[in-house]
Amino acid sequence: MTSNQPSGIRLQNVSLMLGTKQFRFDCELPAGAITAITGPSGSGKSTLLNLIAGFETPESGKVTIGSANVTALHPSQRPVSLVFQDNNLFAHLDLATNIGLGIHPSLKLSAEDGKRISGALERVGLGGYEKRKPGTLSGGERQRAAFARALVRERPVLLLDEPFAALDPGLRQSMAGLLLELHRETGNTVAIVTHDANEVRQLADHALFIDHGEITLQAEIEVFLMRRDVPGLTEFLKL
Amino acid sequence: MLTRTERYQGYAGGAVVFAAIALFIALAVFALLSFDSGETDRPLFDAYVWRILRFTLWQAGLSTLLSVALALPVALALARQPHFPGRIWIIRLMAVPMGLPVLIGALGLIGIWGRTGILNSALAAIGLSEPVSIYGLSGILIAHVFFNLPLACRLLLAGLERLPPDYWRLSASLGLPALSIFRFVEWPAIKPLLAGIAGLVFMLCATSFTLVLVLGGGPAATTLEVAIYQSLRFDFDPQRAISLALLQIAVTASILALMALLPTPKDDSAVTGRAARRFDGTGFGARAWDGIIVVLAVIFLCLPLASILFAGLKADFARLLTTPAFWKAAWTSFWIAFLAGLISLTASIAIINARAAIADARKPGLAPRGFSALLASLSSLVLLVPPVVIGTGWFLLLRPYGDVASFAPLLVVMINAMTALPFVMRVLSPAFATHRQRTARQAANLGIFGFARLRLIDLPVLAAPLATAFSFAMALSLGDLGAVTLFGSEELVTLPWLVYSRLGSYRTADADGFALILALLCLGLTIAGTAGQRGRKDDG
Repeated sequence: MTSNQPSGIRLQNVSLMLGTKQFRFDCELPAGAITAITGPSGSGKSTLLNLIAGFETPESGKVTIGSANVTALHPSQRPVSLVFQDNNLFAHLDLATNIGLGIHPSLKLSAEDGKRISGALERVGLGGYEKRKPGTLSGGERQRAAFARALVRERPVLLLDEPFAALDPGLRQSMAGLLLELHRETGNTVAIVTHDANEVRQLADHALFIDHGEITLQAEIEVFLMRRDVPGLTEFLKL
Repeated sequence: MLTRTERYQGYAGGAVVFAAIALFIALAVFALLSFDSGETDRPLFDAYVWRILRFTLWQAGLSTLLSVALALPVALALARQPHFPGRIWIIRLMAVPMGLPVLIGALGLIGIWGRTGILNSALAAIGLSEPVSIYGLSGILIAHVFFNLPLACRLLLAGLERLPPDYWRLSASLGLPALSIFRFVEWPAIKPLLAGIAGLVFMLCATSFTLVLVLGGGPAATTLEVAIYQSLRFDFDPQRAISLALLQIAVTASILALMALLPTPKDDSAVTGRAARRFDGTGFGARAWDGIIVVLAVIFLCLPLASILFAGLKADFARLLTTPAFWKAAWTSFWIAFLAGLISLTASIAIINARAAIADARKPGLAPRGFSALLASLSSLVLLVPPVVIGTGWFLLLRPYGDVASFAPLLVVMINAMTALPFVMRVLSPAFATHRQRTARQAANLGIFGFARLRLIDLPVLAAPLATAFSFAMALSLGDLGAVTLFGSEELVTLPWLVYSRLGSYRTADADGFALILALLCLGLTIAGTAGQRGRKDDG
């Protein structure tokens, strides 16, 4: 499960009802690529991500990661790491502990693990921040720490739910750069929910457009950016 | 933003209310301190007094420990099982003891744990002869846990539900086992609340009057408040009452001072019962543990309530409701509660408006700022001097001017109004603050003042919180036995006093019937109040 082999993600005829909203997803996120998940707010972007992460269970259909059917698996048993927009870190624990929990959930850490934590912090530009609490960091630094935890977890899939939405534009740019670097180093499969067309252009190899709970377009990025016949997409790309 | 007139009206109202409350308390304390019993040989604090102080603190400490320690697993279980059947009703059940008159709760507990209660009958049936005693220390502890475990549980649950929902997703995705979740997520959320909750429960238990009066007994199980009452009402020993009252003030003052240093526990999200999605606690073991804990807590809380209901239903209501004594007591209770509620509400509004007027001045000087702080601390000042102490003081003060019984209704109204003040303030001040924030600029800009402002802008919005506060205050006053016990006489019989005196004369069937009526009245008022409060939240 923690192998570094990239794994593609596939949702086959997945359907789900949340309240009065109906969601139907059938899509493929290619292995080792960055896939942007876009669409108007409330369209179902986060729901798609929750289905992959295991926070929602489909009423019918199948979710596979790599060759494994994960439809019924608990979130902790899926080969994924997560970064949300906010609250990625437990505010009362220092960074080393927060990242250590990504290695061992009961925090039984060896000296070797300690070195890996420091190494990961170093890699995201937070060297020496082991004892800092999240509250003393800026928003960008907190997201860097979340990336550091994803690094030590060595899961083949990284799911990001608007990870840069709370940051100011200059910072978004540099964080997206960091994400790209880490992606190239690990070769993992990345799914990123975003409402920022620039982020899609800068990061994605592949993109999905979701509207009213259904995927209305999934394509290579070059094709995705050229299409003019999908309702809502042109408006989204202009933003 | 206020006009000059509005500001001066605010100052004046605050000054009058402050003076009235301060005088009411100060005169009582002064009367106590200056009382000359004529005896000089007896020390102010003798061994008896110290023993009562020790017991007061000991039972309060034990009650607090038990209430909080037992509330902890219940709160954790309820937080971990957001889909527990009837969860929202269990959380609402936790609010019932808070709205229940203490005396009635005590009756219910006696019905279950008493000598002829369910528990001892069951023990006897299986051949155990040693009965569990509801009287004395064990009874006081059971009763305090009954009233305070739900309170602690709701506050803990609110703390757990305030955690960002992402924490639960994160824990699940990291695969944290239950122990890690407790260590790294739940305990860090609970730990900072514990001191505040324990302080609150300790304060309630240390000043508990009615429960100790009914379940305690004898010098071995008496708290300061009850001892004050006994020394005035039975021994007529004002000297002793004074030493006890002084100790009582010292105790409450130290607790309040300690509590001021602790964060105030908040009970907000638990009231809505909206739970975060949890991904742990799905295993059989966890579900069985949580289920057992919650069911045990529900049984513990429900049995006494059921006992009140069933014992009450056995009473002959046709006769009870045609007893002149009942209607007389109901009428007295209503008037006392109504006037106490009205006074409490008026005083709160004056305090809030005065503080707003001071804050409205761009740069208030040192004196206005000090006055504002004084006004804010007024509700604590009221807690500082317990009703029995105020009652004692006024008892001594009025004695030279004739029969104290003729002043009694007024004193009971005043004492109840002051007891309700902290609760009323807690409902009204946030509502008034929000309202002012939303409307003050516009109203000032449009030139809407005085009666027009009251009618068009303030009343439509503030009617709901005012009704909430009023019904809370009335419920509190209706169910109160404390103030009446000091002055109660043939002329002044309230509903709780009626229940208590029937209990004393062994007409328990009557007492049970009246108890049920009183319980329904108070719970009805509390529910009406809470409903109003929830409606307001939805608007906002």
